[in-house]
Amino acid sequence: MRLLEYQGKELFDQYGIRIPRSHLAHTIQEARDGGKKLGYPLVLKSQLTVGGRGKAGAIVRCKSEAELQPKFNELLYKEVKGELPRGILLEEMADIKKELYLSLFLNRSKRCYSLISSTEGGVEIESAGNKVMVDVPVDGLTAETAEEVATKLGLSGRTVVSFVDFTAKLSRLVSEKEAELAEINPVAILGDGSLMALDAKVIIDDNSMFRHAELKKYEHVSELEKQAEVSGFSLVELDGNIAIIGNGAGLVMSTLDMVSDAGGRAGAFLDFGGRATTETIYEALKVISKIGRVEVILVNLFGGIVRTNLVAQAILDAYKNNLINVPVFARISGAESEKAREMLNGSRAKLYNTVEEAIQAAVMAVK
Amino acid sequence: MTMPEKTFNIFDILVGSKGDRDFGKKPVVIQGITGSYGSTHTRLMRAYGTNIAAGVTPGKGGQNFEGTPVYDTMAEAVRATGAQISGIFVPAPFFLKAATEALDAGIKLFVAITEHVPVKDSIKVFEYAKKKGARMVGPNTPGVIVPEIMKVGIMPAQPFKAGRTVVFSRSGTLMYEVSFNLSGKGYGQKLCLGIGGDPINGTNLIEAFDLIRDRSDVESVVVVGEIGGDAEEQLAEYIVRTSFGKPVIAYIAGRAAPKEKRMGHAGAIVYGNYGSAESKVSNYARADVPVAKRPAEVPALLAKKLKR
Repeated sequence: MRLLEYQGKELFDQYGIRIPRSHLAHTIQEARDGGKKLGYPLVLKSQLTVGGRGKAGAIVRCKSEAELQPKFNELLYKEVKGELPRGILLEEMADIKKELYLSLFLNRSKRCYSLISSTEGGVEIESAGNKVMVDVPVDGLTAETAEEVATKLGLSGRTVVSFVDFTAKLSRLVSEKEAELAEINPVAILGDGSLMALDAKVIIDDNSMFRHAELKKYEHVSELEKQAEVSGFSLVELDGNIAIIGNGAGLVMSTLDMVSDAGGRAGAFLDFGGRATTETIYEALKVISKIGRVEVILVNLFGGIVRTNLVAQAILDAYKNNLINVPVFARISGAESEKAREMLNGSRAKLYNTVEEAIQAAVMAVK
Repeated sequence: MTMPEKTFNIFDILVGSKGDRDFGKKPVVIQGITGSYGSTHTRLMRAYGTNIAAGVTPGKGGQNFEGTPVYDTMAEAVRATGAQISGIFVPAPFFLKAATEALDAGIKLFVAITEHVPVKDSIKVFEYAKKKGARMVGPNTPGVIVPEIMKVGIMPAQPFKAGRTVVFSRSGTLMYEVSFNLSGKGYGQKLCLGIGGDPINGTNLIEAFDLIRDRSDVESVVVVGEIGGDAEEQLAEYIVRTSFGKPVIAYIAGRAAPKEKRMGHAGAIVYGNYGSAESKVSNYARADVPVAKRPAEVPALLAKKLKR
């Protein structure tokens, strides 16, 4: 789960990581209240889960109350990478002396956490110079390691003390909240040598949510995703017209690739996991039926223990109950496929021997 | 790297050597044997030839599951059976405890079928296993199979045939699909091992390669990967650096997936170029590893590579 900036900053605040004074606004009235509280000039920041806000013009300065309404309204309706903001964060301008980059993240190949910091804050870390990277054990960063990083970065005096304190707090947050990533770009070094988090990109490990009731309030899923989740499915909505259903994330991804190679455009990715029963297939079709742009459904099932006649029955039931009215192209490798083929005869569903044939037919049908 | 890591012999532990009195019949303990998932697959594993010697479900000690004794703790199960292998089928919230218990009982290889394990727990278990000189496969893995001998996992039997190719896969169903294609073209398998679909893997691709690199009975390797992380990039570097001698063929799922979207597996997500299919394909090219466009293309690429 990727938190919005203001949500990440709420966590920072709980852990004593200094953040600018701010005010979240969804309406112009709320924004005006924020302006009064914070004073001008201030910064308006679109609350989005996609990156590249700065480049997209979704972070703007606001010098006076007179500028507030036009700038606020422009941001509120500005889409970035297809996403509309979930609120605008108003923030005081900090007294920045220098900027740092700082992130603590799950290092997959090393199977531990890693900390990266750079004295070139505010730019993308890939292109930043003077980078320092250290491994962080699962119990958290030690003061010695943090001090070592600060020294390598060339920090000195009071800033070193601030850096050690700041990173210790961030490390505690990452460990306790089970974040996969906590990135602050930039961290401001203020006039008095203390540090302040000007941004917050925090991703929480979804699999840890069962023990983080306190983070539930940050969850933001569509009705459709919620329904899929309740059924134990993984659903990703895409912008094409071919819905792809299968058992296993890898298999569905692989099907998606082949659809794209064949010139088709996928409209949904649905992995219903290991249980291929009449009920799960029916539930999967139910979820797909709510996605308006879907014109055909492609089913790819693999597994020796899949009873294909049960799958065929689910498809027939879905037609009978008017759940779906689009053609289904299926490849089902499993027991009793002859029987399934017979059952589907005369319906709008067709069974193929190979996934390649099923894809060809599905792509042709929407051309 | 500690010594036990390097000398870890998965074949010895899983099946032993030909001529052993208990070849292919090494005792296996199933943790979570009475759950619906654990019980279904205990039956299927037994039907395949695996010696399921005991099960563990806290609170159900003293009962038996269709003839297999059930214990409250791993310590008791291991004491009674001498097992070195366990299969973990418990739900994610209980995984950390189950795995720790297995390691404390002296298990050398545990196959973590459990899905949705928090990464923090996976790291803790991984580190503890390393300390104990034991090995985790998974979590979120379909398991391991030595075709026509035994399996610890949830994979169906039908795609696999005995032979000289090894399949390592980050995806479950694709391991079945690719093995099925290989079997159909006469390329049986010596071992198929699911790396797991999570960001943290107890046995990563490089460690998996280490398991088979010196074995004369393994002729070739097929690696089924997917977007996310840099496991394929690291593997390509390893193949070059260590002059890995056996032919390797790869497949990568997720070329057409959008960025920053988690594609079903917790680990299948691309950030920028990190984890992208392009990055993996170009790194494989440097290691002279052909990448199949679709699963059905794997046997043909393997045939070509073996001919050279």
